[in-house]
Amino acid sequence: MGKGTGIGKVRGLGSAHHGAHHWLLQRFTAVGNLVLMAWLAASIVTLPDLGFETVSKWLAAPVPATAMILLIISTFWHARLGLQVLIEDYVHNAGSKFGTLVLLNLAAIGGAVFGIFAIARLALTGAA
Amino acid sequence: MANRPLSPHLQIWKWGPHMLVSILHRATGDGLALVGLGVLLWWLGALASGPEAYAQFAELAVTIPGRVVLIGLSWALFTHLMSGLRHFVLDIGAGYELDTNRLWSIAAPVIAILLTAGFWALILTK
Repeated sequence: MGKGTGIGKVRGLGSAHHGAHHWLLQRFTAVGNLVLMAWLAASIVTLPDLGFETVSKWLAAPVPATAMILLIISTFWHARLGLQVLIEDYVHNAGSKFGTLVLLNLAAIGGAVFGIFAIARLALTGAA
Repeated sequence: MANRPLSPHLQIWKWGPHMLVSILHRATGDGLALVGLGVLLWWLGALASGPEAYAQFAELAVTIPGRVVLIGLSWALFTHLMSGLRHFVLDIGAGYELDTNRLWSIAAPVIAILLTAGFWALILTK
């Protein structure tokens, strides 16, 4: 890379083709959320009751457990992307922005893993 | 300063439904991310912990503050979902005509309120 003018430094390097990455992932996870949240809302409405026996037995079955794990991944990913935009819009100090984004990543990944673990425990230890 | 018209200004503007739906989209999205996912994890964690933990969650859920939070979260979900669908339409370059844009800016949050009411009607009449 040359030490010339700003345009001289980047000329010929071409596009990184990463510009739309965040935007696209926000849409892909939005479609996931749409399908999985429709499934969750329909399940809550159609379950005969919302007591422990009924709900734990339902969620321990393979298809609901899989769908709920996918829902956790899709919603936490989407939330991470959305809160990132919130932070980038309102936290202007570079150090604070970095720190907040670190906390966001820890919370999003930690929360998603906890959710997946809870579902896996329910599914693999059998409905209590 | 010359006496001539100014372009839209930080302090000179008036409310429109498109502004409301945009702000609602961000507010409900952030609310769902910060509160909704926490409640979802609480519910799943209580299920995985057993009947006693689940009973504690269920007892809190039917108190008035519990109902306000859960109904609020379901409203936020349906509102974010409807304005999200509106965004998908705008993403393909459609719906920017002034009348169409205005219509769906009003319809999205109104449909969300109807969905929330229907959702809770089905739950509470179980």
